[in-house]
Amino acid sequence: MLYFAPWKTALIVAFAILSVAFALPNAFDEETVESWPDFLPQQQIVLGLDLQGGAHMLLQVERESLVGDRLEVLRDDVRTSLRDERIGYTGLSVQSEAVQLRIRDLDRLNDAETVLNGLAAPADPLSFGAQARDVEVDVSDDGLARLTLTQEGIDARLAQAVQQSIEVIRRRIDQLGTTEPTIQREGQDRVLVQVPGLDDPQRLKDLLQQTAALSFHLLCEDMSVDEALRTRPPAGCYLANSVDEPVQPYLLQTRALITGDQLADAQPGFSQDTQEAIVSFRFNTSGASTFGQATTENVGQPFAIVLDDEVISAPVIREPILGGSGQISGNFTAELANDLAILLRAGALPADLTIVEERTVGPGLGADSIAAGEIAGLIGAVGVLIFMGLSYGLFGMFANIALFVNISLILAALSVLGATLTLPGIAGIVLTVGMAVDSNVLIFERIREEVRRGRKTIAAVDVGFREALRTILDANITTLIAAVILFQLGSGPVRGFAVTLAIGIVTTVFTAYTLTRLLVALWVKTRRPTALPI
Amino acid sequence: MSFALIKFLPQEPKLRFMAYRNWAFPFSVVMMVVSLGLFGALGLNLGIDFRGGTVIEIRTLDGPADVSGIRTQLNQLQFGDVEVQSFGNETDVLIRIEQQPGGDRAQQAVVERVRAELGDQAIEYRRFEVVGPRVSGELAVAGVIAVVAALGAILVYIWVRFEWQFAVGAIIATVHDVILTLGLFAVTGLEFNLSSIAAILTIVGYSLNDTVVVYDRVRENLRRYKRMLIDDLLDLSVNSMLSRTIMTSVTTLIALGSLFLFGGEIIRSFTAAMIWGVLVGTYSSIFVAGPVLVFLKLRPAKAPGADDDASSGGDDTGGETASA
Repeated sequence: MLYFAPWKTALIVAFAILSVAFALPNAFDEETVESWPDFLPQQQIVLGLDLQGGAHMLLQVERESLVGDRLEVLRDDVRTSLRDERIGYTGLSVQSEAVQLRIRDLDRLNDAETVLNGLAAPADPLSFGAQARDVEVDVSDDGLARLTLTQEGIDARLAQAVQQSIEVIRRRIDQLGTTEPTIQREGQDRVLVQVPGLDDPQRLKDLLQQTAALSFHLLCEDMSVDEALRTRPPAGCYLANSVDEPVQPYLLQTRALITGDQLADAQPGFSQDTQEAIVSFRFNTSGASTFGQATTENVGQPFAIVLDDEVISAPVIREPILGGSGQISGNFTAELANDLAILLRAGALPADLTIVEERTVGPGLGADSIAAGEIAGLIGAVGVLIFMGLSYGLFGMFANIALFVNISLILAALSVLGATLTLPGIAGIVLTVGMAVDSNVLIFERIREEVRRGRKTIAAVDVGFREALRTILDANITTLIAAVILFQLGSGPVRGFAVTLAIGIVTTVFTAYTLTRLLVALWVKTRRPTALPI
Repeated sequence: MSFALIKFLPQEPKLRFMAYRNWAFPFSVVMMVVSLGLFGALGLNLGIDFRGGTVIEIRTLDGPADVSGIRTQLNQLQFGDVEVQSFGNETDVLIRIEQQPGGDRAQQAVVERVRAELGDQAIEYRRFEVVGPRVSGELAVAGVIAVVAALGAILVYIWVRFEWQFAVGAIIATVHDVILTLGLFAVTGLEFNLSSIAAILTIVGYSLNDTVVVYDRVRENLRRYKRMLIDDLLDLSVNSMLSRTIMTSVTTLIALGSLFLFGGEIIRSFTAAMIWGVLVGTYSSIFVAGPVLVFLKLRPAKAPGADDDASSGGDDTGGETASA
């Protein structure tokens, strides 16, 4: 155990020096490190949101809202397609996860079934082969028809919605100009958003939660608004309130003239006439022609600009708008106009998002946590170093050198792996400092014991190392198991703790068995001791 | 070069741990019963991770915070159970608001209303944490699974590396530590949150680490001293690992003590639990884990045969057979 081939010695020493070199950038601030020559390692540890400040939001795509939207579209499709085929029906309504109606023409049940079946699409349009459809059509002999959404269809739509939401959220957050946001899927129906260094989490929340579905609707002339309020809106029309106070109801045609997904651009600005904040927009080519046609046909008519089911404004079409661009005004502040433009540029979310978990840390608290962690680590380490020196003398100093390299290794590993350091992660490092000397203690105690058993010094050192290795492995693997499980099941900061604890265990065993052993071996070789200094 | 060495601990202690079990076991059982009783009676002070709700940490920028004034202000908002307490120093205040009825969106409204009430002028908002009902339920389940899975995995590992008796003994010692730690949370009302789960898992790892070190020596001695009475053998094993067990506990406690004192308010309950866990874990690996093996029939207690008990030592590769 005490013989090291020269190349092994060189390897261990080189490794120790490298680990210190890779840990070193963390001792300096970013600008200093950037000024270093390129051959030096410059990677610094990524700090978690709890240390650098930032917002962590877990959003859930609402399955119900998705199902509800799909059912309404399906109901409208049923109405249109049955009318086109001139098949009579009654009682068309949306039930939970199904659309129901009764076919009046019992003679034409087969035709109706064909038409309704035509509304079903493959559940997952991207996969090949035989597969489930998104709607189950069931027509009974008495004319009752049910179109039920299938689980496969809903799941596929949900997955799609999550994917789409991630893209929309990324576009929105990119507009905030913050650095390196993390946006990723969590589980089946969630999106995790992490934005470091954000001053105002409220603005982020507003940007995340607004669906931003923009559409232009003609007013519904079939009935007066008052009558619709008293009874219910006629088929093909719906009621929407104005954004502005006092709230004013509008009766709108369900079918939109055009929707926001045809927008090419949206920019905030100020109206030349009124100096009001406005958002000017421009449709893409096909959107521009649709819009041009619609405005040509409806000159003199009022229409409503609707955002998330609320009417922003209802101007009258004075002349055909052929260039495909226009502007929205509606008592905006400049910031509101800016955010609305961001939302319109980024596109609408495919479904409602709910924030189910929020953790925001201000930059002040983060900096305080780093300072506290550094002080605690430093004092803890110094305490352990002194204690080891007093307890084991020279061997204690060996253990202390190993501990120093060990901490460097942990920091180097965190830097190189790009792992995130959190406040509990710092606690994990400090804890490792306390536990790291354990391997050395085990070895030293074993050597003492072997000497008491009557072995010669060198033999005792040799046997001590050999016997202690097995114990060290068994003992540390149990802690490693706990750390790995913690990593698997934990989230955020707790995960950071598991990472440093696990890395710490590995580096501890490693340094005890290379560096401490090498130091002791060199001492034995040069001093030829006859008595132990411990 | 030589240091003035301080040898803190007796070199070859000969403490009668097997005799101490006559009071250590009843003591441990009483402590466990009391812990479980308190746990049942008082319950845990569950944090928002598991119960849902809102935590807001603020710092007043114009002198010391008026904790009771803030409490009065927030009580007007009628959020139900609102806790306002000083947090670490006189300008920092921690506000806890219980989960509001009305699902996830209702929780989000809390933050907005608190900010509207307290204003943005003289207050720095240092931290917001909002956990909705759906997530808190999942986190609670994940926490329980984590502890159980860790115990299970470690049990299997020890079973594979040692004999089953050691696995059972290790689990007894570990469960002992976990129960006593839960007792600490119940008695002190320390907030029990996700990092408490991390603390418990670390305690499990630490305590097992200690236990395994003792067991490793028991296994070795079983091979080495084939004729020794099991009581004496367990005593010998615990004694020879005693200085290591205590040394490691001391260095770990130095590090944890530093974290507790200087590491800041946020991880203080986490470190408090760990310090307790290290103390309990050290106690249990000395007074519980070793002595409990005597009940698990590693070797006949009386009338040791010459060789017929050697099989209990596993692969008998003929370590030196010394007399006791």
